[in-house]
Amino acid sequence: MIELKHLCRDFGEGKLTIHAVNDVSLTIESGDVFGVIGFSGAGKSTLVRCINLLERPDSGTVLIDDVEMTALKSGELREARKKIGMIFQHFNLMPSRTVAENIAYPLKGSGLSRQERDEKVRELLKLVELEEKEKAYPSQLSGGQKQRVAIARALANDPKVLLCDEATSALDPQTTKQILKLLKTLNEKLGITIVLITHEMAVVKEICSHVAVMDHGSVVEQGDVYSVFANPKMQITRNFIRTTSNLHKMEELIEEGARIADLQPGELIIRLSYVERNVAEAVISQVSRRYNVDINILFANVEILQGSQLGGTVAIISGERADVTKAIEYFIEKNVEVEVLKDGRVSDPADA
Amino acid sequence: MEEFLIRLMPNAMKDLNILGKSIIETLQMTAWAGIISFVLGMVFGTALVVTRPGGIMQNRVIYQILDKIINILRSIPFIILLFCLLPLTRLISGTAIGVRGAIVPLVFGTTPFFSRQIEAALSGVDEGLIEAAQSMGNSSWEIVFRIYWRESIAAIARGTSITLINLVGLTAMAGAVGAGGLGNFAYIYGQQRNHMDDIYVTVVILVVLVMLIQLAGNLIVKHNTH
Repeated sequence: MIELKHLCRDFGEGKLTIHAVNDVSLTIESGDVFGVIGFSGAGKSTLVRCINLLERPDSGTVLIDDVEMTALKSGELREARKKIGMIFQHFNLMPSRTVAENIAYPLKGSGLSRQERDEKVRELLKLVELEEKEKAYPSQLSGGQKQRVAIARALANDPKVLLCDEATSALDPQTTKQILKLLKTLNEKLGITIVLITHEMAVVKEICSHVAVMDHGSVVEQGDVYSVFANPKMQITRNFIRTTSNLHKMEELIEEGARIADLQPGELIIRLSYVERNVAEAVISQVSRRYNVDINILFANVEILQGSQLGGTVAIISGERADVTKAIEYFIEKNVEVEVLKDGRVSDPADA
Repeated sequence: MEEFLIRLMPNAMKDLNILGKSIIETLQMTAWAGIISFVLGMVFGTALVVTRPGGIMQNRVIYQILDKIINILRSIPFIILLFCLLPLTRLISGTAIGVRGAIVPLVFGTTPFFSRQIEAALSGVDEGLIEAAQSMGNSSWEIVFRIYWRESIAAIARGTSITLINLVGLTAMAGAVGAGGLGNFAYIYGQQRNHMDDIYVTVVILVVLVMLIQLAGNLIVKHNTH
């Protein structure tokens, strides 16, 4: 378990002081995949460096499995770091060493014989599926392969924790998926705790079970991924959710006067958002049948997050005035959030 | 063949023994001063990189002192440095002339430049590698040996060949004021006696020597670049 208590880290002095990390407290359970998301400059990289004390917090404590990292002497800290793997955005592989030499690097001085070390390197190469690249140099590898080597290197000392600092930010979407899949597999297979820093919503959705949203050095929202994404409390969290969903494009289209937003009299553009875990029924077709309304879906974005649906639909609903009202009430009853984006019935404001 | 050489450079052929001895002296001076200043340059260059602000063993006092001394020594023209160091040279080597007398001033003249070359070479090491090594539990000394030095072998070789070529130039200058070697040969036997062929032979030999140093440097660079 990783416990961060009231961590603070400032940069600069006087008026120019930047509170990179400002009174952050987090608890990360063992075996969890924990995401920290924030825009650049939010302090997330500094925060993750405080965990292995590459960045020493000005105040606050870091506990890993009840060992107070912040109180360790330098020699003890170096030993403790061997049990905390770290991977980076730009991989940080040693260019003058081969893949095998890079992976063997953390094993120097570990007391392993040459044979044991070679054995370990082979094992790790197999784990990251790069057996055939043993003798290659980093410059001969693709980005995804480099990150795999970096992961193998980070795992050489069988760490309990793996810190990932924007580990997929330099990779294309497909490679990102592969690396995340590998991390997930490692998490399940080795039970390693993963702390993952990212500015990409998709990364958090893909593998994290818990998430903390950071803004200006503070954690503004945290919890299990579904709750945070289904009921975002802070504007910044909503902004992140928008980056991976097209449901909020509609407002722009309406503003731009796009043809798709032209309504016939009596039509409404509504946005339905699934925010509860139990929305599994075919509500749209039920409503359509039951209340005799037409629902024309413009956009839909529904994902499965931790086994539950998350997302929503933007649609044009049309029908008899009373039916439409009842239909909307039915949605609300079914815990589907309804927002009316444009109302083609403006002639009679009493119904709005 | 011999006849042709005698026709081409009559004086140099007559002074062949002295020429041979001069070549050896130049090689000795370059080798000794080169080795000593390489070691010192590695020490000071590394010290500059690790003690500078933000370095892994940040130390303002050591950095400032080293930085200033190097700047001062580099600003003194070598020929003046030679004279300044006469008493110190006698103290250390027991003599101020010949190959032994030349080594002290050559080391003083080369080490500051060498240190800067090493500093530049080590500065080329990606900060990310240092951070990665720290995250793996490396100590500062381990980072010096395993990352800074190991990862900049090519850059160090490049800086070393530049410095050694400079050093060959300095040995010639030292030679002209009594240190022996090819500089001495070109001056005493060539310029003073107006034997131009002696000077030209010296030039050819120096060009070959410099080319060999550059070649060796390039080989090391090539071998260590992946």
